[in-house]
Amino acid sequence: MTRHTEDDDAGDANGANDRSGDREGGRENPGRGGCGCGEPAPGVPQAGRDEQPSVFVTDGGDVPEADVTDDRDAARTGGESTADRAATDGGVESASGGTESATGGTDSAELDPEAYDPVDVFPGGDLDLREGADSCYKCTSCDTSCPVAEVDDEFPGPKFQGPEQWRLKRKEDHDIDESITSCSNCMRCDDACPSSVPLSQMHNEARGQYVERQMEKLSVEYIRNRILANYRTSASLASMFPRTASFAMNFGPARWAMEKVMGIPKERDFPEFATETFREWWKARGGANVENSDKRVAYFHGCYSNYNTPEVGKALVSVYEHFGYEVMVPPQKCSGTPMFANGMLKDARRHAETNVENLVEAIGEGADVIASCTSCSLSLRQEYPELFDLHGIEDLAEHTFEALEYLRIHENLEGELDAAGGLDDERAFAYHAPCHARNQGLSRQAVETFRDVDGVRMEDVGDSCSGISGTYGWKEEKYEKSMEIGAEMFEHMEDAEGEVGMTECPTCAMQMEHGTGYEIEHPLQLLEEALDA
Amino acid sequence: MAITSDVLVIGGGLAAVTAAVSAAREGADVRLVSHKASTLRQASGLIDALGYVPATEPAKPLRDGPPTAGRNLDPDEWPDPEGPLADPFDGIDRLPESHPYRVVGGEALRDGLDLFDDLAGDAYRGGHTDRNALVPTFGGAVKPTARYPAAAEAGLASDDRPMLVVGFRSLTEYDARAFAGRLEAAGVPFDVAGAEVEFAEAFRADAKITRLAKALDHDEAIDGTPAREALAKAVSPHLHDVVDGDGGVDRVERVGFPAFLGDDEGEEVREELADRLGADVFEIPMGPPSLPGLRLEDRLFDALDAEGVRFETGNPVVGVESAADGRVEAVAVDRKGRTAPYGADAFVLATGGLVGKGLDSDREGVREPVFDLYVDQPDDRYEWFVDDAFGDQPYARFGVRPDERCRPTDADGEAQYENVFAAGGVVGGADAAREKSASGVSLATGLEAGRQAATEANQ
Repeated sequence: MTRHTEDDDAGDANGANDRSGDREGGRENPGRGGCGCGEPAPGVPQAGRDEQPSVFVTDGGDVPEADVTDDRDAARTGGESTADRAATDGGVESASGGTESATGGTDSAELDPEAYDPVDVFPGGDLDLREGADSCYKCTSCDTSCPVAEVDDEFPGPKFQGPEQWRLKRKEDHDIDESITSCSNCMRCDDACPSSVPLSQMHNEARGQYVERQMEKLSVEYIRNRILANYRTSASLASMFPRTASFAMNFGPARWAMEKVMGIPKERDFPEFATETFREWWKARGGANVENSDKRVAYFHGCYSNYNTPEVGKALVSVYEHFGYEVMVPPQKCSGTPMFANGMLKDARRHAETNVENLVEAIGEGADVIASCTSCSLSLRQEYPELFDLHGIEDLAEHTFEALEYLRIHENLEGELDAAGGLDDERAFAYHAPCHARNQGLSRQAVETFRDVDGVRMEDVGDSCSGISGTYGWKEEKYEKSMEIGAEMFEHMEDAEGEVGMTECPTCAMQMEHGTGYEIEHPLQLLEEALDA
Repeated sequence: MAITSDVLVIGGGLAAVTAAVSAAREGADVRLVSHKASTLRQASGLIDALGYVPATEPAKPLRDGPPTAGRNLDPDEWPDPEGPLADPFDGIDRLPESHPYRVVGGEALRDGLDLFDDLAGDAYRGGHTDRNALVPTFGGAVKPTARYPAAAEAGLASDDRPMLVVGFRSLTEYDARAFAGRLEAAGVPFDVAGAEVEFAEAFRADAKITRLAKALDHDEAIDGTPAREALAKAVSPHLHDVVDGDGGVDRVERVGFPAFLGDDEGEEVREELADRLGADVFEIPMGPPSLPGLRLEDRLFDALDAEGVRFETGNPVVGVESAADGRVEAVAVDRKGRTAPYGADAFVLATGGLVGKGLDSDREGVREPVFDLYVDQPDDRYEWFVDDAFGDQPYARFGVRPDERCRPTDADGEAQYENVFAAGGVVGGADAAREKSASGVSLATGLEAGRQAATEANQ
């Protein structure tokens, strides 16, 4: 797995000057860059295993004598041939390592055919994403599941963006194809891949490198993307004057100017800012009403439930307190989802540091972490450990759950809902499962939770993507594609009986509302109502 | 433990769906868990039962010693398979005794096909008879199959009307003229011509099949012309391309396209094209990415919903959580790093074979990773295969060995767990690629395993 180093400024050590071949657990060493010296993180070692000169072995298992000697000398003396070799294969260690395993030890002059196994030709150690790329058997399931490729033939699809581009960029002089910016990071390819190729991880890495190395930092596009990615920053400013902000952001001439200057589509309405954020409410409430050292959860509310839909956070608190949990609300920043999607990995990492530190502390106090947004939970569970190497990040991933999922695992939710007797007035919902819920196995949980609740009729509007994918649909050049992707969902919502939409994901909710004009609720709000919590 | 059901089905393919519906119809409360989105999207959409009975004995004794890795020293010789079979049920008795059809019986196959007909409804054809249909597939081969999508109906090789096959330069998987040539070489009872037309050229050369399907679904404008009209216009100059044996020219009565004629609106797309061309329109089943497979997946998962089966995809079952007295009580589901127990009274394992990753293999051996069930295999890895790629490959028949109730057995033939059943590719004994039996095995064992699991759970 490729990770970003602790130090943002670490160069890519490809080992050309790295005589000792010393690496700490597969991470690059800061300041020890070879040819890739001074290139900013995110970095990957420039040389992959595939550039290893193979050890030629005839059918009888004989290695030409000269080669063996060369390699052994090289390993002992670190002589000139080593430097040549190192420039192509990523280090002395691996050069001798390759020979060692193929011949049964550097010091054995004789070959032992018993010890020879073709799989040993390559050295072990850090594989980066090589293993993932090798797992791809080109079945194209990822391409078939890609909502962008379906509407945009300029987008070459996840099979290219993932394993194929990953191989291309192992070599020098290969720019990352600009089309990576058309990937919306819906991560459906992850869910589709029968071989568990880490497609979204490859996409995230390539996008990060593209933005870092190839994108013009003063371009309108970069600045616009950076603003969109750092939604939390704008939201925290806006929530100081929520009413003014809600008005100003959607003020006609201002929106026209935004589209012209910033490339933010004028068709979209900015979300309303709450007059009281969730955290303000929590503080005014005096924190938790239930204390219970045996059942604790730390709530990761993310940005949207805090600044825009505090009612979701409040619903979560009342439902969890109904089940006797002590709710903690640790200090936190953005989960990073919009930053990954825009290749702003440094920003994401900065926020991750705060989140990991505070949430790990809560875990230490016996809490599990729950999120009401499926993208937030996916980020903490999957993208964090894939992309960053922070202390405690694996612990956090292991202890994070989506809020409804957690109750379904730990509580007798069906029994409680039965006992509560359902809703007083019948309500019908058109439910859309967010793409990021799929990867966590959660795409059906809302429908199944409420299926047998009296007075609730919920229809799954199908497995299409809503098309907004976080910040994707907020870009003027992507707006049309975004609506085209969403068309199927809008149709199914219109066909569904319910006049209220339902989804876990805040940006899906924006798109659903934008396309149909329906009110959109979060499953936790319905759960609160059904439980009379 | 909060996540429970009477029956838990593990897997997402045809066997898993069949088992889930079969158990649900016996009155069980069923949950289906699949690691990834269903791999039906890789399937051709054809439902085979049994097309051939391949030879299990070589024509001359195999040479001693390990295979020669294709160096053609003293090559193997295998007789040609028997077939194509007119009636799949006739061939069952001639299969090896360990074949799943022999274990669960021909009736299970018949019931499985009936269940499929019920779920697929008017989207599929072939249920009117026991006999195999002959459907041309995208390599120009003719495949014996039991059920086929309605979209492929006009393409049957038993139909004697003249046929035009349409291809596109940017679709590299398949060449219309080679396709037509191969059909003629196979001696089909009709005249056929292939033509490459300009339509997909309006898109980028590497546009995905799903992009073309979407454009036809929505009838998007292509350079100002609606997509369906544009496609019909591109094809119409070729309607007289077929030349019969005497050099006469016929107007074709049916036109075959690669299977991308719409996704959600396929029927409408075909009808409009047929109307514009004045000929029947059919789809040729392709390899992945396969729209017929995707459509089947959609249909089957809708059926799960209608049957009240709960299902989730995205998390793998990684092992047994707890077992006692020869019964599994719960399995462990990996939810992004943390496992959660899923309890049930009976379990159906339908995780697929070596390709579907229901069987795991390395140089040491072949394993079943979820329940660690017994997989019969030669100790020496060189005995896993024979030289002739088309010979009777032992690895092709690897899998768990079921008893008559579809319960996987240990080396002594005793059920390993009282309440674990297996279906589909994970069941050994069939050589699906040579027999053309993959779907049928899934249906027969899925139906039986689902029934048995429900019975077990109801006790």
